[in-house]
Order: sequence, then C-alpha cells, then structure tokens
Amino acid sequence: MKYTLNVNGQSRTVDVAPETPMLWVLRDALELVGTKYGCGVGQCGACTIHLNGVPTRACMTPVSTVGRMKVTTIEGLAPSPTKLHPVQQAWCDLDVAQCGYCQAGQIMTAAALLKDNPKPTDDDIDGAMAGNICRCATYTRIRQGIKHAAGLTAGGKEVAQ
Amino acid sequence: MNTPVLSAPTSRRNFLKLTGLAGGGFALAFYIRSGGQASAATAAGGDFSPNAFIRIAPSGVVTIVSKQPEMGQGVMTSLPMIIAEQLEVPWKSVSIEQGDFDTAKYGAQSAGGSNSTPNNYDNFHLLGATARTMLVEAAAQTWGVPAAECRAENATVIHSSGKKLTYGQLAAKAATLPVPAKDAVKLKEPKDFKLVGTRVPQVDSVKIATGQALFGSDIKLPGMSYAVYEKCPVFGGKVVSANVDQIKTLPGVKDAFVLEGTTDVKGLMPGVAIIADSTWSAFSARRQLKITWDEGKVAEQSWDGYVAKARADAAKPGARTLRKDGDVESALKGAAKVVEAEYLYPFISHANLEPQTTTAHWKDGKLELWSPTQIPTIAATMLKNVLKLETKDFTLHIIRAGGGFGRRISVDYLIEAAAIAQKVSGPVKLTWSREDDLRHDHYRPGGLHFLKGGVDAQGKVVAWKNHFFTFGQGGNPGSGGNLSGDEFPGRWIANYHAEQTMFDTGWPMGPWRSPGSCVFAWVFHSFIDELAHAGGRDPLELRLEILGDKNEMPAGGGGAQGKSGGAPYNTARMRNVLKFAAEKAGWGKKKFAKGSGAGLSFHFSHRGYFAQVAEVTVSKDGRLKVDRVVCGVDVGAQIVNPSGAEQQVEGSIVDGLGVLMTQELNIDRGRVVQSNFHDYPLIRITDSPTKIETHFLKTNYPTTGMGEPALPPAAPAICNAIFAATGKRVRQMPLTRTDLRWS
Repeated sequence: MKYTLNVNGQSRTVDVAPETPMLWVLRDALELVGTKYGCGVGQCGACTIHLNGVPTRACMTPVSTVGRMKVTTIEGLAPSPTKLHPVQQAWCDLDVAQCGYCQAGQIMTAAALLKDNPKPTDDDIDGAMAGNICRCATYTRIRQGIKHAAGLTAGGKEVAQ
Repeated sequence: MNTPVLSAPTSRRNFLKLTGLAGGGFALAFYIRSGGQASAATAAGGDFSPNAFIRIAPSGVVTIVSKQPEMGQGVMTSLPMIIAEQLEVPWKSVSIEQGDFDTAKYGAQSAGGSNSTPNNYDNFHLLGATARTMLVEAAAQTWGVPAAECRAENATVIHSSGKKLTYGQLAAKAATLPVPAKDAVKLKEPKDFKLVGTRVPQVDSVKIATGQALFGSDIKLPGMSYAVYEKCPVFGGKVVSANVDQIKTLPGVKDAFVLEGTTDVKGLMPGVAIIADSTWSAFSARRQLKITWDEGKVAEQSWDGYVAKARADAAKPGARTLRKDGDVESALKGAAKVVEAEYLYPFISHANLEPQTTTAHWKDGKLELWSPTQIPTIAATMLKNVLKLETKDFTLHIIRAGGGFGRRISVDYLIEAAAIAQKVSGPVKLTWSREDDLRHDHYRPGGLHFLKGGVDAQGKVVAWKNHFFTFGQGGNPGSGGNLSGDEFPGRWIANYHAEQTMFDTGWPMGPWRSPGSCVFAWVFHSFIDELAHAGGRDPLELRLEILGDKNEMPAGGGGAQGKSGGAPYNTARMRNVLKFAAEKAGWGKKKFAKGSGAGLSFHFSHRGYFAQVAEVTVSKDGRLKVDRVVCGVDVGAQIVNPSGAEQQVEGSIVDGLGVLMTQELNIDRGRVVQSNFHDYPLIRITDSPTKIETHFLKTNYPTTGMGEPALPPAAPAICNAIFAATGKRVRQMPLTRTDLRWS
C-alpha cells in the first residue's frame, strides 16, 4: 500500500504493508534511523516520535493509522539546520548521553514535557520520563538536562549548533 | 569499502573529515615504544607494529584516530584528548575518526576490563608529544634556528622572535623528518595541562542529540537485505525440520534457510535464517515460522533444580578448596557469636538497549563486516574457528555500540551475520529481536554462597567460611563465576576457608560489567555488615579493623598455590578512600528516623579503589528510595575527562541498584522464561537515586579505568543501608524477593 506521510514538515510517500509500524517505515523506508528499536512492545521508549506533538511509540503505531498527522522525529526536532532544540542543546552542554542509543527517545519525550510544562518539578520529570529506559542509567543527567533546557527555553537563548 | 548511506546531513565534523582526506598530509606513523629509526612517513619493520593515530593536513585539519571500540564509556573522547593535549591543538578543531579493526596498525583494540585507559595512557601522551616535537623541529629547520627557541601552542609553532608557522604549513616538512627517539621527546607536565582534566562532552554529542546514523543497527548499504535468525529456545537445540519453503512465499521474503551451526553454544547456534526486503518483512515472516527442534539434554537443566541441589549439598565438602588459612572450625567453636547465612543471586542479562546486530557482505571470497564489537580480536578468532576465515579474508569496521557491559565481548551475533552473508547475494543486516537478546545472551552466572562467620567478645571477625556454588559450561565456570581465594576478605581473616562447587550446564555465560566483583562485593560486604551488627561494631570501624595496618597485601597464599587469580592489594589506598568517602558522606554524624539509614561498602577491582556510602528510605509499605550515594574514587593520578568519569560512576551505581531491585532470569528446562522488558524490567528514572556524589581522591599511582569498578560497591552499600533503616537483611537478589515492609 502507498501512504503519503507528513514527516518533519515534508511530504513523503512509502509503499509498505498497512500494519508496518512507523518505527520500521522511518528506519528502513525513509532512512531516518535516529528513531531506535529497543523492545518492539512499547516498554522502552527508544522509538518515541511526536504525532501532532504528542509523544508516541513508533513501534506500536501502524503506518495505516497515521494519516495526515504531523510526524516529528529526532531528525526534525531542531528548529533549523543551524540551531538545536533547547533539549538537544542541553544534552550536549551537560554531556548527558553515554552509549546514546536511547537518547533520541529521551529527548523527544523531554521536548514534549517542556512544551506542556515549561518549569517541571523533579516529580513532573520522573513522571513524564518513566516510560523511557536508559540502560546506561544516565537518569541523573537526564533530570539535570531537562532543568537546563527549561532554563534555556525560559531565557529565550538562541542556541547555535 | 562500501560507504554506509548516511541519512543525516553532513555535520561540521563530517565535513572536516572529508576535507581532511584531500591532499598529501603528514601521516605520522611510528613505533610507540621505540621511535628513532624509521622516518615518519615510512615506519616499518622491527619488533613493533607501526601505528597511525594522527593526521595533519596542509589545510591545518587535525585528525585523531580512536582505535578503541566506543560503547558509551567515552573512550573515543578521552584517549584522543590525551593526544590533543600533548600535540598542542585546540580540541574544537580536531576531527576524531573511529579506526577499523587493524591490530597491525594500531596495536591492541579491546574495550573490556576497564583497560583502555591504563593500557594506553602513557603511549597516547607519547604519540601526541612526538608529533609536536617533530612539528617544532620542522619549524626550527625552516627558520634555521635551534628547536629550543621554539614552542608549540594552538596548532602553531612560535619562535622566540615572534615568528609563527601553523601546523598545516609545517605538515609537508614534518613528514620528511625522522621520528625522534623516545628520550628526545619532552612530555608536557600535568601542571601544564589545558585539556586533560577538564570536562569535555563526548565527541558524538551532537550526532546523538540529532539522531544521525551512528550505531551498528543504523548501517544501510546499497542493495542490502534484512535478516532475522531463529534459534532453539533451549540452548544448543538443533533444527530437525522447518517450513522454509512456505516462508519463502511470504511478502517481502527473499530467502529462508537452515544453518546447521556448531555444537559449541558459544560458537554458531543452529537456527533458521529469513532474508527479506525490510526488517518488518523479516519480523512478520518469522511469526509464520514452524520449526521442529531437537532440544537435546540441556532441556533437563533448570535453575530451581540446581538451587535445591546446592541447598542439599551446602554442608558437604566443596569440590575445590579456594583458600584455607588457620583453623576455621575451631575458631567458629570458640567464637562469641556465629552468624550463618545463605546468599543467592540469579542469572541476569546484559540487555544492551540496542539488540545485537551486525551487517555483513560476502563477495568473491572476502567478507566485510560492520559490527558493534568490544573486542574485535575475538571476532577474528571465532571467524577462523567457525567459518575458517583468516584475518586476510575479512575487513571489520568497528561501529559504535548501543551499550556494551561485556555483552559485545562475545561475537555470536557477528558470526551469525557472517554465516548468513555467505549464503546471500549482497550485503545483509542481521537484527535480533529483544526476545532473541534476552533468551540468547551470554549471561552473568547466578550463584549461592553458604556463609558462616564468627566474632569474638570484642566483635572482631575471627572466622569466615564459605561454600560457593557456581555455574559453568563446558567444564569451566562462567565468566565471573570463579571465586578467587584472594577475594576480599580472603587474606585478611586468620581463620578462613572458602570452597567452590560448580554445576556444569549447557547455558552460555559471558562477562558482565565487573565480572565476579559485581556479585562477590554484594555478598561479602553484606555479610561483613551482618558480622558488624552481631558484634555490636560500627560497620566502618570494623572494616578498617579487618583491613589492618599493613600497606600492601600480596596475592596468593592460603593453599592457593599461586593459582589464586588474585592481585596485589594496596590496603593503604583502600583504607584512605574508605575514610575519604565516609568523611564526604558524614558517616556516623547523621541521625536517621526509623525507615531511613546509611550503609557502606568498598571494593577493589580493575585496578581501582572504590568506597561508597548509601542513604536510603524505605516506606512502611516496603518501597525503597535511594536518597543519596557518595562514591570515593582512587584511580590514580589523573582523571582524563571528569565529565566522562562521573558518568561512569553515576551509571554504575544506578546499574548496580537496578540489578539489585528487579533483574532476574529464570532458566527452566534449558530455556529462559522471560522475554521482554515487561517481565525483565530494567531500572527507570523513578527509582534512580535522588543524588549521586562522586569524589576523586587523587594519588600518585598510574591512571586507571572507570567503566567497571564503581559498580560492585553499590548494591552492598544500599542493602546495608536498608538494614540500618528497617532491620531487614537482604540475602537474595533481586529485592522483589524480600519483604521490606515494616511497622
């Protein structure tokens, strides 16, 4: 089946089986490999993307259900090619990642949190991030990174890549 | 080689990398350990391997090759930092490249055992300093002045008169000079370091944060197929028959076939491969797979059965004496108090978040591989053993691993991909499912310790007896499943007797982050805590008493006949770091309400001395919250990158806590029962400690590694804190097996 999707602001057409999860549409068909496979059952959050701004598990989202919803992946999160999203900038500033495999999912979830709640408390952060596993256990810096990003956002600071 | 298709736009670093390839640069290849004979451009011959880590282009672009596999331990940043420091180049202008597997060129390329830093630290200083010396000489010759009148700074050589030449301008000249002898190279002193010792984010930070292709699973090659490989749920089971003809008719499937495999469970396990036009086509077809297995004898082996057998045999003599000092039976008889305890920990998985993967391309009798591997040399050995391929027959690109933890020291997934590729036209990427990963790991072995300890009227530990039951495969204990007679507190207690009995299974085992130490520290520091409480002693003070006044404890002795497997133990370093951590934590000075408390532990492994104090709160309904962990670290004279070093401490402590809290695999009739993160939960942010403090105690010893030694003390410090908080002693992992409720 052919599907025309709105991915990172671009119209992209793919020819795949209707039940194909968005995870594999992105990774194999569209060559957007920032979205990761970790469990395939919605447990780890490594495949988190935004559908109309809402953090969603790409491994559990058949392509046939996406329609005209706006798909945003880690590759499309930055506001421009020369400017990082505040969460991405915070991740670099604080050296949050270790192996880095889960971090696209962490960043997508954190970005959605800050959009809804620009000044999250520790409990807010833990609550929002509980669905994202980091096997390297970078949780200490993920908490710091989100607070740092909240500061960047609040300060309206322009961040250059 | 084929170049993987990168979906992301060219980054600044990639751009620099590309421009760096153009033009004749100054490729510094020389012998790390000799130097002097060969010219820079032609290093060859002799007893040493030529090495090439630094490339300076006439454009001024400086490229440093990272030879070690990167898996999140930060080695691709920290080791090149050392070269950049000595070379006097600004870090921001350096491009870092991952080297392919080529030990003839780079020397050992092994990321394991926390060895990358200690094994390369001195050489990397010399590499950078030698290159700098040659650039200074090139400038001095150009100007006709003595080299002593010149200095290097910011990728430029400056003469005392103020004249300047950039490294780019000097590259061609430097390339013609002989490599100076080691003695003629002056290293920068630590007091002059500008980069080493500062917080540097990982070189791949931006790529990680923007989702650019980096990992083994991200490889995509023109014409590439996608493979899955189904193995018998029972370890080593063989394929009797499979519906491959039906599978071949399914949408997107290109091929399906049986691999006979080997009889070695750590070689190539038998199975069925499906080759398809996408990962999802392969995953979907796999659900239609019908295989009849010959499960073999391993199907008679169950964890519960071995546990029952261990308990039945605990009081009998062990199969092997590990150490025997003094007379433990008499000492126990004469003790004021005797404590007896059984400690148990299960098998666990590495559970890298990136499931195992490798891409392979078999063409004209040559194999090209792209693999996240920790020790590529093991891949070479296994390719030879299993597929009869010599080093000349394959190329191995080392790709960033989505987590290591010891799992990618094993190369089973790489061998599977290679064997599949030999039957496929064009490149093929093998992707394991999470279920494959949990059910076909090379596991950390479980174990049981039956302990008896005695204290005298003053609370001094006078006797220690342990019958350890461990697990092995093929006649040898699994990695980390062999207890050394030297393991603390062996060597320190006058009446000490440790024995080991092994269950020989068909279950594959492999190194798991700080093998052995990751469990022994928990058992022994928990039991020392039990003895402290039995004798009415402060846990810190009793530990200092056990460590004693001597500064060094040699390895061996105790009837171990030089086969102890231990290492000399610098007791003074341990005492100091223990006191240091206790002081930082305010040990003994805090008052805790019921339900809260502090515990401590220490451990020496991987050449590092670590002590931790944990503070916890357990709610009345038994829920644990780790409020604070303070870690004292002695890894010698220099912390190369404090940001990376602290990451390793933070990650290790949370990893240790996660294992303690929930991780448990049950092996029933030769197969792993759990399948995914719903029944094998990993720690999440909600259970992560509120606060982790890392304190480095700098000493004059050589600089050593950080990937593993911070992990072992975490679980015992936390369990000892749980006891202080609740009076409940945790003697089984995971914590879900202990009722922590209190009133």
